[in-house]
Amino acid sequence: MAKPVLKVDHVSMKFNLSTEKVDNLKEYFIKSLKGQISYNEYWALKDVSFKLQQGDRLGILGTNGAGKSTLLKVIAGVLKPTEGSIVTRGKIVPLLELGAGFDKQYTGAENIYLYGAVLGYTKEFIDEKYDEIVEFSELGEFIDVPIKNYSSGMKARLGFSIATVVEPEILILDEVLAVGDAAFRKKSEAKLQGMFDKGVTVLFVSHSVKQVRRICNKAIILDHGEVKRFGDIDAVADEYVSIIRGGKPTKRMKMRERIRQNVEKELRETIEKETEERLRVTIRKELEQEIRKEIMAEYVNENK
Amino acid sequence: MRVFIQNFMKYRFLLMELVKKGIKLKYRRSYLGILWTLIEPLLTTIVLTVIFGNLLNRGNSSYPVYILSGRLLYSFFSSGTTAAMKSIRANAGMIKKVYVPKYMYPLSTVIYNYAIFLISLIILILVSLFLGVFPTYKVLVCVLPLIIVGIMTIGVGMILSTLNVFFRDLEYLWGVATMLIMYSSAIFYHVEDVVKGDAAKEFIFNLNPLYCCITVFRNGIFGDTIHWGLLLYAFLFSVVSFIIGVALFIKKQDKFILYI
Repeated sequence: MAKPVLKVDHVSMKFNLSTEKVDNLKEYFIKSLKGQISYNEYWALKDVSFKLQQGDRLGILGTNGAGKSTLLKVIAGVLKPTEGSIVTRGKIVPLLELGAGFDKQYTGAENIYLYGAVLGYTKEFIDEKYDEIVEFSELGEFIDVPIKNYSSGMKARLGFSIATVVEPEILILDEVLAVGDAAFRKKSEAKLQGMFDKGVTVLFVSHSVKQVRRICNKAIILDHGEVKRFGDIDAVADEYVSIIRGGKPTKRMKMRERIRQNVEKELRETIEKETEERLRVTIRKELEQEIRKEIMAEYVNENK
Repeated sequence: MRVFIQNFMKYRFLLMELVKKGIKLKYRRSYLGILWTLIEPLLTTIVLTVIFGNLLNRGNSSYPVYILSGRLLYSFFSSGTTAAMKSIRANAGMIKKVYVPKYMYPLSTVIYNYAIFLISLIILILVSLFLGVFPTYKVLVCVLPLIIVGIMTIGVGMILSTLNVFFRDLEYLWGVATMLIMYSSAIFYHVEDVVKGDAAKEFIFNLNPLYCCITVFRNGIFGDTIHWGLLLYAFLFSVVSFIIGVALFIKKQDKFILYI
């Protein structure tokens, strides 16, 4: 089996929620003297482990506060896990809140270099891809205008264009990108689809099970920081739907169960037949030998 | 260590970009732009000369050079440390979203302030020549306090930027502290006038490493005897603050995100 692109190994993440926020010296001294600094430990992730191979597209499902975003941040390297480790191979591109690294006073052109540097690109690489980025973002002459005068759509378009100019090994998506107008959305979806086809590994967080089904081939359900289920998309997504419906099995699940029973029955019959066939062959061989011996013995006895 | 160097090489373009950004944005949208690095210290020196030159009866012609040399070093130290202190919080948005080595922020902040500072030394050269303070071979010594003050600013900046994540009060405290440092660095008065032969008072002045740098810097400019002892003390101080700053920063950096 190939080496996994992403290995999440017993990762736990603890936050200290201080009961009262202490962020100035006076309070800190007074409270620590009185011994009043108390923390509520909060485990956002508990012992999460899974592996992804190249080309796997993992949907991360879970209710609000289940630890989805924390998991993404840990994988992206923004948060360091309290316990456990993350091993990744290749370049990670996080498409979380596009344009978070922009400087408002900088022009679009300058921000291409700045944000590119933040993502770890080299100068030569950005020089080479500059035209491609500008063209894809459709900003035209606005590229020389300071970002503060951009609309949010323009910012997101530029951010998307810069982030997706590389071919990453791991792509992190938080909700599906509603970038710009319908035409641009189509274009960006086509670009992402192109990356999927090339076998990029995807981590995708969404509340829409439909989207997860469409994009992913694997899924994980998080519940209060714990992995509830990890496996192939169809079964996991069904289970998730039933969880949000309060544990009632869905129509799809019932159908799945029925199909399962049918398949099981068929399979049992086939296996039974196959075994019988095999048995017949072996038993036949044994019987042949036995009978052969008996017949031979008869001949020997006759000639005594 | 090897991982650290690899990581640094990978992100050195980011460091360059951040430095460039700092310099570019500082004077953007002002008509005179980068010229302000020269004009601003010149104007404040004129003000200080007019006020204190008359007040303290220090009427000699090289007095502006004396002020300017002290003021330039001090203003680099104070603006460098203050900006570094705020750098982690100022870039919180980026730190929360994308992984970058966090020391890039205080480091780049100090470097761009240093670059601006080095440019502003041009005005010191011009004023010196204009007022007839010509360099001797001793001017070469000036390089040493310049390097030391750079290391010191990085070290102190790292310490402040770490602490400021956890205690925001520091921004106000440091504002007061820099004022104290300014008045104890003998920028617009002569130490002899204050000390008047009192060894205890002189000792207090010598405790301020910035004062030591400024003194040796002036020794070099005016061609006086170099106070090597002060320079050594400032050097040791800068190295120690650098080590403490880096160690503290590395130890606490993973917790930044939980507080910003």
